Amino acid sequence: MNDGAADAPVPTKALYAVPDDTPVDLGAALRDSQVQEVLDKLDRELVGLKPVKTRIRETAALLLVDRVRKELGLTAGAPSLHMCFTGNPGTGKTTVALRMAEILHRLGYVREGHLVAVTRDDLVGQYIGHTAPKTKEVLKKAMGGVLFIDEAYYLYKPENERDYGAESIEILLQVMENNRDDLVVILAGYKDKMDRFFQSNPGMSSRIAHHLDFPDYEPDELLAIAKLMLEASQYRFSPDAERAFREYIVRRMQMPHFANARSVRNALDRARLRQANRLFARPGARLTKKDLVTLEPDDILASRVFKEGVPDTEGKDARESPRE
Amino acid sequence: MMSNQGNRITQGQFSFLPDLTDEQITLQIKYALKNGWAVNVEYTDDPHPRNTYWEMFGMPMFDLKDPAGILMEVNNCRKTFPNHYIRVTAFDSSRGVESPRMSYIVNRPKSEPGFGLSRQEGPGRSIHYTVHSYATDKPEGERY
Repeated sequence: MNDGAADAPVPTKALYAVPDDTPVDLGAALRDSQVQEVLDKLDRELVGLKPVKTRIRETAALLLVDRVRKELGLTAGAPSLHMCFTGNPGTGKTTVALRMAEILHRLGYVREGHLVAVTRDDLVGQYIGHTAPKTKEVLKKAMGGVLFIDEAYYLYKPENERDYGAESIEILLQVMENNRDDLVVILAGYKDKMDRFFQSNPGMSSRIAHHLDFPDYEPDELLAIAKLMLEASQYRFSPDAERAFREYIVRRMQMPHFANARSVRNALDRARLRQANRLFARPGARLTKKDLVTLEPDDILASRVFKEGVPDTEGKDARESPRE
Repeated sequence: MMSNQGNRITQGQFSFLPDLTDEQITLQIKYALKNGWAVNVEYTDDPHPRNTYWEMFGMPMFDLKDPAGILMEVNNCRKTFPNHYIRVTAFDSSRGVESPRMSYIVNRPKSEPGFGLSRQEGPGRSIHYTVHSYATDKPEGERY
């Protein structure tokens, strides 16, 4: 839309017209936006991720200040909020992207606040002339919300110069620049591969203002995540099982294809399988509700991680699946 | 239509009103999206009222949440065909309807020559009337 110039107040005038000591109520703006609620939820439900949370807080603060500035008639040029999330598998990139969409929606930066998660397949076509409409369609769907491109480095394949990914990047760049008010693009991928991607696409790198690195989790954080996951599916560890699971995490972290929270989730799923099996293996035993909701150490110690020193399902954990 | 001042063709919604602004178009699209209708952009240079099938500009747009994407297409279409008629239609696919719910013109040629009335003598001195757009005297693509 080209009405931006019409309703923007004349900056120099507002700078002097409103007295310098005009009171400003940031607290009220915070309450109105209800963004605190989302930030608190973020703190509660996402374990660790200090640098990410700090950056989200900063972004929220900037948008709030901008909003108050606008009320006073000061210019509030919409900041560019395209982001890049880098980090190992299972560090919460998609989850944070979802929250980001909600936060930006509450702050009024995006109009609808939905998240469209795509990968290379959704953007790049299979024959000449297929890519542009495909990319544009996805972009149009994402307008008013957040476009999340998982494993964005796949878009650019330097070994094949006729690859259609470059065309897709070109359209992305154009829309990221021209429709900055309409959508926020978040790229995600592994750190080293994303760095290489940006090296070969300097235009993309310069259009993305925020680079967020998702650190790996510590064992204690992973245990906390496991407990949150269990709580959500209404299970719990017995005290011994909790110790066993911590031991499991420490061992699993040393093994290949460790995918942080995703590995934890998979381990829990397998523990639930074993628990169910264990309950069936004792016919005639009197079971209580407690048995149904409690994971015992046996359920965890049966893992191949303990017995043979290899992950239960070799290789499966490492697969970074786009929509989890 | 024929006695219409300035020969502006009147088809679909809002066509007796002054041209819609982009803001008004956006609001109308928003209404269509709110109802879950698929929005299309179509163009033609044959303004005859019985010409109901206009060319589509790109694919119909399903699953959109925000009008910005459609407005972008409208503007693309305007850039490509600055002197064509362009309309936005909203298609309702729900069972039992399956037809356009909205249709309004968002772009017109700079000058619309209008329609002539032609008469044909039929048997028994009866007269058949039909309208004929002066613009369609020229071949397609050179009309406006």
